Amino acid sequence: MSTLLRQETIRAGDPFMARINAGQRVRLVDTEGNEAVDTFFFNAEDPRERYSAVDTVRRQRNVYLTTGTELVSNEDRTLLTIVDDTCGRHDTLGGACASESNTVRYAHDRKFMHSCRDNFLLALLNWNEDFSKRDLGPNINFFMNVPLSADGGLRFADGISGPGKYVELVAHMDVLILISNCPQLNNPCSGFNPTPVEFLLWDA
Amino acid sequence: MPSNAFLLEERIPAGCHHALLLKRGYALRLTDLSGDGNVGLLAFNADERSERYNMADTLKAQHTHKLALGNVLYSDMGRPLLSIMGDSFGWHDTICGTTNAAMIEATYGLNDFQLARNGYYRNGRDGFLMELGRWGLGRRDLVPNANFFSTVTVDDEGNIALSEASYQPGAWVELRAELNVLVILSTAPHPLREGPAYPEGEIEAGVFWAGEVPATDLCRTACGENQRGFENAEAWFALPDGGPKA
Repeated sequence: MSTLLRQETIRAGDPFMARINAGQRVRLVDTEGNEAVDTFFFNAEDPRERYSAVDTVRRQRNVYLTTGTELVSNEDRTLLTIVDDTCGRHDTLGGACASESNTVRYAHDRKFMHSCRDNFLLALLNWNEDFSKRDLGPNINFFMNVPLSADGGLRFADGISGPGKYVELVAHMDVLILISNCPQLNNPCSGFNPTPVEFLLWDA
Repeated sequence: MPSNAFLLEERIPAGCHHALLLKRGYALRLTDLSGDGNVGLLAFNADERSERYNMADTLKAQHTHKLALGNVLYSDMGRPLLSIMGDSFGWHDTICGTTNAAMIEATYGLNDFQLARNGYYRNGRDGFLMELGRWGLGRRDLVPNANFFSTVTVDDEGNIALSEASYQPGAWVELRAELNVLVILSTAPHPLREGPAYPEGEIEAGVFWAGEVPATDLCRTACGENQRGFENAEAWFALPDGGPKA
């Protein structure tokens, strides 16, 4: 019988960071649907080891994340495995929004909008000032739909998630989870309406 | 670009690592002499090395998962580091990263220095670190690299595969620096390449002066995103001392 250790609501546009120990199970719930949850992981004992999008894609020979996907580190070790997924598909190539990329993608006047990079940096520096931007890499976007095409294209498409859909992961080592509940208002990744996300943690 | 006009030239054997400082306006021409080559590339703003090539920002700004003529390699700070001003190849991989020692041994067998001296089978991860270390950088800076001369396709279900189109003897690509760029190269095999024979070909790396970027430049005008990216790069050099650094 597993015990619920922690349950928190991450408000729209907010950062979140927590430790997940080996064997613990985490669930992220897209409470109102169509929310992008930008997520990154570190080895809690050695944060130089971190989630690697390209090693995850390369090892499973597939660009989308779903049940059975092993989230692989830059040292080619499994950090966590996705054990349940009622959404069906998650992105790991679209990265996180930032002031700087917003100026490129949309317009120079979008520079001062809130962004996932701001959330990531704030959460990391509040956690431990040894962290810096150099510790970040391409993240996971849970519940976000970024289809790749056979002719080499990539686009941000309308979400395939819905209210109450969730993803569950089990940790293979002690990890730090870093989340930005995406505040992006310029593309359909959050349905142009960012909403809360639920974080639940069980001991097994 | 005729090779006799190179200001600098190097032949990099398969598996090895190399770096060069490419100042704004200079270009690097890479040629896959054997057709079996792969060039893993990382790029940093030499004036502020926390700014570096960002795979995700490059892909989403240009709505692509391949790199080809007209694309730029974006930094994480909204500026192009390198522009693909010339390209005979057509589809360079961005989404597979590099190899490590265990992957190389699994694919090609054990062939370390003690066994093979300098013919040993080198891997991309260690090569990148050996080169990054020379420039004061380290594991935190080893981000997803681009892979030139390797084509990786994606099907409707998201499955990836290394394409036979990767084999093009003499294929070349020209990368023009839009900032002062530290370029880190690894010629270790692509992570999806199959064994058992470790590649043997060389990569030619030649530097030439590409000149000022005209308003009509192919990379700059490829999309509105790149127009704004080039404006961001120009802002980096807007003040005489190289500011405003943001």
